[in-house]
Amino acid sequence: MASVDSSLTLDVEQIRNDFPILKRKVNDKPLVYFDNAATSQTPQQVIDVIVDYYSRYNANIHRGVHALSQEATDAYEQARIKIQKHFNIPNAYQTLFTAGTTHGINIVASGFASILEAGDEVIVSALEHHSNIVPWQMLCEKTGAMLKVIPMLDNGTLDMQAFDALLSDKTKLVFVNHVSNALGTVNPIEEIIKKTHAVGGAVLVDGAQAAPHIKADVQALDVDFYVVSAHKMCGPTGVGMLYGKEKWLEKLPPYQGGGEMIDQVTFEKTTYAGLPHKFEAGTPNICGGIAFGAALDYMNAIGFERIAAYEHELLEYATAKLKSIEGLRIYGESSKKTAVVSFNIEGVHPYDMGTILDKLGIAVRTGHHCAQPIMDFYKIPGTVRASFAFYNTKEEIDSLVAGVERARNMLI
Amino acid sequence: MKSIPEIQQEIVEEFEMFDDWMQRYEYMIELGKSLPLIDEKYKTEEYIIKGCQSKVWVHADLNEDKIEFTADSDAIITKGIIAILIRSFSGQPPQEILDADTSFIDKIGLKEHLSPTRANGLVSMIKQIKLYAVAYKAKAENN
Repeated sequence: MASVDSSLTLDVEQIRNDFPILKRKVNDKPLVYFDNAATSQTPQQVIDVIVDYYSRYNANIHRGVHALSQEATDAYEQARIKIQKHFNIPNAYQTLFTAGTTHGINIVASGFASILEAGDEVIVSALEHHSNIVPWQMLCEKTGAMLKVIPMLDNGTLDMQAFDALLSDKTKLVFVNHVSNALGTVNPIEEIIKKTHAVGGAVLVDGAQAAPHIKADVQALDVDFYVVSAHKMCGPTGVGMLYGKEKWLEKLPPYQGGGEMIDQVTFEKTTYAGLPHKFEAGTPNICGGIAFGAALDYMNAIGFERIAAYEHELLEYATAKLKSIEGLRIYGESSKKTAVVSFNIEGVHPYDMGTILDKLGIAVRTGHHCAQPIMDFYKIPGTVRASFAFYNTKEEIDSLVAGVERARNMLI
Repeated sequence: MKSIPEIQQEIVEEFEMFDDWMQRYEYMIELGKSLPLIDEKYKTEEYIIKGCQSKVWVHADLNEDKIEFTADSDAIITKGIIAILIRSFSGQPPQEILDADTSFIDKIGLKEHLSPTRANGLVSMIKQIKLYAVAYKAKAENN
């Protein structure tokens, strides 16, 4: 009998009890939630924190001298420290609260508008989400910098030889996701960061899809910027984190004007507040920030190694089972993947597949996943994407496989 | 010639014969497969309906004061929905099309496709059909 490393096993049944939504039915069928790459579900422990905030100490922060305001400020700043520690960020003031990944990317892109010059080059990868393409296109239009693209290979990985050829002393910025949202490919960001630094450029890594599966250490990575969203990792929507190296955060101008981000205001001149407040204008998503901290506590209590090991097991199980279905093709077959299976069945439109699966209570994502360049590469209208989390089970994957077969029989 | 409400009532009665969603969808898929082909020359960007996850092309011609619709899609369930719409609206005068309500979609158990979050663009298709009716009505009045 093969020995099982008990430190890596995970009590899924107990974990599922933490997620009230997993008990509901959809179209009279038990919900099978496989759209985790779009948003993860929320455990009771995080829901309780949200309810507690609004029931007991809802107040604006950093301003009031009254007790509620101080309690809320303390909880918000403690959450910042939890996030800081989680990503091994050197200082709390380099841990900026944002409205989410897209917001974080836009803070950096708009900041670089005052740094880039015509002739500079910005490199993005072909595996990017639209949110990580559009801001750079706008930035390049504004500054006259050139946008270059690292092409992808048929197995869904980046063409690293082509990347080497794109790098030069003109390269000022490289933007790449840690994990592709459409395919689940884990990109070689360590290599990209090292090589970009060697030519004097900076790297922003979009960690939205990686954060629920991989605990990133921003210092070990030596990355210049790292952005995530709370709602992909058991937290609420509308809140995220931007990490930046201190030299960059000092250099970049504020993104928005407003309260919190100022030091002194007269009609002649305003001086900006120090970090992190320079980038946190206005009343933030206080409850969201606190709940983000609680979500990290929840996931860390289970342990990211355990989560990754279990999700990998789900990925291998689903890949093998789905591949046995006639005419099914999986897109993205990198040896390094998170628990995402993007697929199509020959002769079946992904939209039709998604519609039938929904009727069976199975939630998957269909379409281009906001990554149209990848779909253009494969010359397909989109894919069906099943993305797994640590609270999913092999039995649920069996339901998916049965559902796909049933839909296939109906549609062909 | 049957009126739009009469045709819609017929469709509602057909769908009432089915016991569950599976049979309804199987019927829609059948309808989709039997949808008359659209002339290939109309399967261009110009005739595409935006806002659909699947591609949908709709073309309209005026034939003796009545509008004839043809349409196609790359997704089969969407084709089934189109087939139902075409049966309901094609061969009708512009004013009748403009006056028609679309609550029969709800009655045949396809209510979920009317939600704005649905990417199949049923709402966009109905809008496009009504726009054609507005255009042909205006054209007729100018002549």
